[in-house]
Amino acid sequence: MATMTMVQALNAALRSEMERDKNVILLGEDVGKDGGVFRVTEGLYDEFGSERVIDTPLSESGIVGSSIGLALAGFKPVAEIQFMGFDYPAFDQLISHVARIRSRSRGRYSCPLVVRMPSGGGVKALEHHSESTEALYLQAPGLKVVMPATPSDAKGLLAAAIRDPDPVIFLEPKKLYRSIKEDVKEENYLTPIGKARIVLSGKDVSLVSWGTMVHVCLEAAEALKAQRIETEVIDMRTLSPLDFGTVAASVKKTGRIVIVHEGQRSCGVGAEIAAWLAERSMTDLAAPIVRVTGWDVIYPLAKLENYYLPDSKRVLKAVEKVMRF
Amino acid sequence: MKKTVATFKVEYLQILNEKGEVDKRLMPTLSNDDLKKMYRFMVLSRVFNDKILKLQRQGRLGTLASIRGQEAAQVGSAFALQSQDMVFPSFREHAVFITRGISMSGMILAFAGDERGQKIPEGSNNFMYSVPVGTHLLHAVGYAWGMKIRKKNAVAIVYFGDGATSEGDFHEALNFAGVFQAPVIFLNQNNQWAISLPRSRQSHAETLAQKAIAYGFEGIKVDGNDVFAMYKATKDALDKARKGGGPTYIEAYTYRMDDHTTADSAIRYRDQKEVDVWAKKDPIDRLQRFITKKRIWSKKDEDKLLAECSDLVEKAVAEAEKISPPNPKDMFTYMYAEPTSILQDEMKDLE
Ligand SMILES: Cc1ncc(C[n+]2csc(CCOP(=O)(O)OP(=O)(O)O)c2C)c(N)n1
Ligand SMILES: [Mg+2]
Repeated sequence: MATMTMVQALNAALRSEMERDKNVILLGEDVGKDGGVFRVTEGLYDEFGSERVIDTPLSESGIVGSSIGLALAGFKPVAEIQFMGFDYPAFDQLISHVARIRSRSRGRYSCPLVVRMPSGGGVKALEHHSESTEALYLQAPGLKVVMPATPSDAKGLLAAAIRDPDPVIFLEPKKLYRSIKEDVKEENYLTPIGKARIVLSGKDVSLVSWGTMVHVCLEAAEALKAQRIETEVIDMRTLSPLDFGTVAASVKKTGRIVIVHEGQRSCGVGAEIAAWLAERSMTDLAAPIVRVTGWDVIYPLAKLENYYLPDSKRVLKAVEKVMRF
Repeated sequence: MKKTVATFKVEYLQILNEKGEVDKRLMPTLSNDDLKKMYRFMVLSRVFNDKILKLQRQGRLGTLASIRGQEAAQVGSAFALQSQDMVFPSFREHAVFITRGISMSGMILAFAGDERGQKIPEGSNNFMYSVPVGTHLLHAVGYAWGMKIRKKNAVAIVYFGDGATSEGDFHEALNFAGVFQAPVIFLNQNNQWAISLPRSRQSHAETLAQKAIAYGFEGIKVDGNDVFAMYKATKDALDKARKGGGPTYIEAYTYRMDDHTTADSAIRYRDQKEVDVWAKKDPIDRLQRFITKKRIWSKKDEDKLLAECSDLVEKAVAEAEKISPPNPKDMFTYMYAEPTSILQDEMKDLE
């Protein structure tokens, strides 16, 4: 065991995967000498050399598009997009190609690459540096989407993403990069993609979230204890494919659910979870499904960001609503 | 058969050298008053830049990009513009904005994380900063093209870095500009670095100016620390564009003296010796030597100017900092011309 931040855990996963498989290569803007703007790839350039840790020109479409070719050539590209808000130039490659290669070649070709990117807000950043647009990727069947909420999961999920036979969008909540530390196993391990994690067990109400919001939910759960409300907190960990089974089982037990996410409400990932429950868990529900999310607005600059981001107060209000129903 | 079907050249322009001497044959017409104005804009920009970096270190502003070293590239080009010309900046154009009369307090407000600071006053032909690298070149092309269709005498100028030349949108913008002969100036500040990546890592081409040639128009490489060369190259491009001559690409060969932003640490990837070499090419020192030799500038003028600039900057800071925090409802107010019912509901939930 070693105490690690999420940045260190991600770095450890990259290092051990690169040691294990020489086909694993990293590419992106400033990932080499600089070690990435958040230092996730720190030290890897010195350790593995410029042919495996590659500083690319400033071109997201170039990074993802050429990663497809590298994957076809037998490499396991782990591409870094500097911020989620700068992934859009790569969308054509992701949507039109990465997601479709296995299907349209009827299995002849696949595209096992990983695209890592820092996501989410709460760090008083510049414009385009705080968004949580994970829902956009859920509309591209063929992509998997993963987001860890702890250093341990970051390590295990990134290793699993690298070994996955299909393309994985790996979202790293930048607010959590250094704000929490945790004991992380030093040996290699895989955290399965597609499985949610029950962070806290409870029988009265389910709180479902991912990334930074898991910690907001835990804060709310702590406050609810005082009111003798037992909260079940679920960290989805994978957003595509969503682990509906775990959510449904929890709702079966609690009958009440609040879904919490940073991304905008309309057509956000929460909408999909709510729709699924409405279709299949109707009889288990004792109250309407409530969402606590970012508003349907442009993510604001620093001075208003706390009014945009869900906090435990908003979560508690929502819980009160479902408990009272 | 095999023969040469096209040959190209790329010119380099320098008028004011590091010693503060000018090439008289190339020197554009500028009055003594103009020279002092240019110098003032450059000094004011640097004083402003130093101040905001200091405020950032004190936690009073968010992440910032420094302009140190790029004052001539920005002031020289912006000084050549007329008020009807439209500016599309990237995120490192504080000196362009100062030259264009954008209020420093507004800029500070925006850097402090308040959207109200981003608002460009009515009648001012400047667009907002653009953070997604390379994306805004197309906006300038479209605007310029629109001016051409409307037979307006306005030119668009877009500022971007060496890193931006790697983005797909960059190439699409140059291509459209060439095909539609849009009256646009591509003002490429090649400051040698895109965060940790040196210029050589963005393009294998010898110059960035030559990229224009592939799209069928002229590109020129200019000493970006020479305010006269920057002024002249921009003025020539403007005159050409106004006469229907289409786009021009200007590669301002300059240097980013500071870290990429306040969140960066250039010591990790760049040799201090390189920075020291460029320090000797400082654009402000150079112009100061010239006007001093010309005997239109004295120590007394210098002291007076520095005092005036720091006074203006301090006032701008005070003005920005006395503005009360934004209303959280502003998040919703400007989303659409008419608020949607969803937004109205959410606004109530916010309370
Ligand atoms: C599309 C996009 N990708 C990545 C970034 C992150 N980023 C901000 S500035 C920068 C480097 C820009 O270099 P250059 O174009 O040379 O401009 P300079 O910073 O030198 O002024 C990068 C990679 C971004 N803002 N937009
Ligand atoms: Mg640059």
